[in-house]
Amino acid sequence: MIFSFDLLFEAVLFGILLGCFYAAVSMGLSVSFGLLDVPNVAHPAIMVLGSYCTYVVAGWGLDPIVAGVVLMPAFFVLGVLIYRFYYETFERRGSEAGVRGLAFFFGLAFIIEVGLILGFGVDQRTVQAPYIGSSLALGEYRIPYRMLVAFGVALVLTFALTVYLSKTFTGRAIKAVAQDEPALRLMGANPVRIKQWAFGIATGVSALAGAMLIIVGPVEPALDRLYIGRTFCVVVLAGLGSMTGTLAAGLILGIAESLVLMFFGASWAPAVAFGLLLVVLGVRPQGLFGR
Amino acid sequence: MKYSIGAAAFLVAAVGAALSGAVNEYFFYAAYVVLTFVVLATAWNILGGYAGYVNFGTGAFFGLGSYSAVVLFKALSAPLAVQIVAAAAVGAALGFGVGIMTLRLRGIFFAIATVAILFIMETLMVNWRYVGGATGLQLLRPDVMAPFSSYTRMLFVVMALLAVVAVSVARYVQVSWIGRGLRAIRDSEEAAEASGVPTLRLKVFACTISGALMGAAGAPMPMYLSFIEPASTFSLNWGVSALAMPMIGGTAHWIGPVLGALLLGSIQQIVTVTISNEINVLVVGVLLVLFVVLAPDGIYGLCRKWLRSSK
Amino acid sequence: MAALLQVENVSKHFGGFTALAGVSLDIAQGERFGLIGPNGSGKTTLINCISGALRNEAGKIVFQGKEIGGLPAYRRTRLGIARSFQIPRPFHSMSVLENLLVPLQYVAHGKEEEVFAILKKIGLADKAQALSSQLSQVELRKLELARAMAARPRLLISDEAMAGLSGAEVDEVLKILFDLNAEGITIIMIEHIMHAVMRFSQRVVCLDAGRIICEGTPASIVQNADVQRAYLGA
Repeated sequence: MIFSFDLLFEAVLFGILLGCFYAAVSMGLSVSFGLLDVPNVAHPAIMVLGSYCTYVVAGWGLDPIVAGVVLMPAFFVLGVLIYRFYYETFERRGSEAGVRGLAFFFGLAFIIEVGLILGFGVDQRTVQAPYIGSSLALGEYRIPYRMLVAFGVALVLTFALTVYLSKTFTGRAIKAVAQDEPALRLMGANPVRIKQWAFGIATGVSALAGAMLIIVGPVEPALDRLYIGRTFCVVVLAGLGSMTGTLAAGLILGIAESLVLMFFGASWAPAVAFGLLLVVLGVRPQGLFGR
Repeated sequence: MKYSIGAAAFLVAAVGAALSGAVNEYFFYAAYVVLTFVVLATAWNILGGYAGYVNFGTGAFFGLGSYSAVVLFKALSAPLAVQIVAAAAVGAALGFGVGIMTLRLRGIFFAIATVAILFIMETLMVNWRYVGGATGLQLLRPDVMAPFSSYTRMLFVVMALLAVVAVSVARYVQVSWIGRGLRAIRDSEEAAEASGVPTLRLKVFACTISGALMGAAGAPMPMYLSFIEPASTFSLNWGVSALAMPMIGGTAHWIGPVLGALLLGSIQQIVTVTISNEINVLVVGVLLVLFVVLAPDGIYGLCRKWLRSSK
Repeated sequence: MAALLQVENVSKHFGGFTALAGVSLDIAQGERFGLIGPNGSGKTTLINCISGALRNEAGKIVFQGKEIGGLPAYRRTRLGIARSFQIPRPFHSMSVLENLLVPLQYVAHGKEEEVFAILKKIGLADKAQALSSQLSQVELRKLELARAMAARPRLLISDEAMAGLSGAEVDEVLKILFDLNAEGITIIMIEHIMHAVMRFSQRVVCLDAGRIICEGTPASIVQNADVQRAYLGA
């Protein structure tokens, strides 16, 4: 391990970009699990599905980010359908929803993953864009443009979602249903429709997250397994229900992973997110900003 | 009494088959894997079915058992029996540790923690050159023990024995006061605690036993394959099978995981050989979702309903 | 004589919300104690802190001279504190009989025959093999109480056991509680049904917004201006 402040700075810089990216891909889970309490372990798989859909749509000539945005409405509908199904089958019946709900999403994740393998094979896929492949030179440091693009989209996404949840009527209703469902019912709102809408948004956001994923690096069907660690680490570290916390938690993870990558090598990097997750669960399970 | 006779009969049949020249060698290759799943599914069910805490990371306990066996074999040329006992101890320790740390939290946090353990284990083994790192290790089987004509046949009998042990343990837990406490935890943990059930202790106990059995099941695997490497050992695929089999067979009774493992395990063997490994995983996933949605009490539950309605 | 239960200055917060702010009360051995207050005043939070379902952040809880604040709920049940839940939480995979076997075996270490005696006393003897899904509302409430009884408690906390019941059903449950008290069990009753609280309690405490606003005999509580304001709004 060679240590120098130059390398440290570069690792931290890269970590900040990576961290914002992790925060953005975890936003959907922050809503579906953090706010709505749905045990959505299939979230990373849906995101990888988004990556592959981006790959296909980008193959028709669209820029990957644009492809991601275009896919968002379709994924919104998918999210609504999944939540509706989950609610009717599990949440409504109450008892044992926990085990069965988890098993359902676990099975769903595997079905998506294998579906992708059957459709696209196990090889890695990438997309092409003008900003992929070249880097920005800042003094002695080189920052890959694709990371900057992901960073930018991530910030916009985080900002937009946070504003939506705190300023718009439906957004506030979503936060309300997370905090006090009976009260919301008394006010005449339908919690199921609100949750359905929220889950749709969370899934729609995952489409764009998937686009960013394939921009940042090559994707393969089994990538969802690794991202279970990253997304849940961010959401748990942030504290369930905290959107701004997601950004902070993402940064912490990104920097930690980048440092490990730089000084210990790529063979240790996968364990960082999972290790951090275990530490948080053991020491402070409510996270940094949890309710 | 009936159970003991049945278990003994099964063992006698297993040994008889292994010694007989009439049974095809391939049968033992396949049956070993199916029996491994009987142990894994039964072990999973002690915590997942009885108490309601879902473990996704069966591969971590199983794999840790495998690697413990490899280390003992490489360092001390330990015999298989010692490997199995050691693997069980290590599995128990991991179950205890993970349990203490995460079973006081909600179920989904425990589930995610098991995935975390799985990946961390894999990363540790990938970076440990003594056990071969990412590329893995070739292993030379010791000489075959008489009276078995092949090493695989011997492993088959060993796994049959482990299966009987696992199912016996599960059965004991199920009918004892421990089982009732676990079911109370699953039905309503708050009410269980208020009724005097030491919920954390029981959960950790179930997790420890479960881990021990999974570890023990992993010990003979390196010898079976003559090879070990991290990626397939610590795969999430073990987790989905260990979860699907009890959920398909039925989680309320010890016979559920056995049925699920026999059925799904056999299907898996056939599909993997005749079609592909990917379709195999797809079949498991689809069957899991179908049963969870349509027949939550599994095959065992369906049988009971059918028997009750035909009376 | 020392009190059976001493709650000293207990506080509990949920994030920024204060559920209990320095609540103190003493409950004497054998007493029939009523706890009232509008919704959200902290009644269930208080008994959650007493029973151990929640941990209080400040203050002490002393039971039979021993401080129990640090003990997990199951230990407190084994020491003699039993509670029923406001929304019934039966063990749905078990029969009524088995539901009672859980506390019987984990707390009282009693024999199965005892369970039948409890079922008879509470009027569920003919439903012993039924599943909770087959029980009516009042039967579920009775099951909650029966389960608490099976733990052979010294202190029984009944959390809104009569909510939504008819007049005759309220009388049924009230009689069970009176009988238990006659056997020496101290009872804390949380109820909204005023006439039940007044008939049952020897002493009543009224909570509002996490604080005790009034304490005394049923007659004096009913006439108290603060209590009336709390229930009807300023």
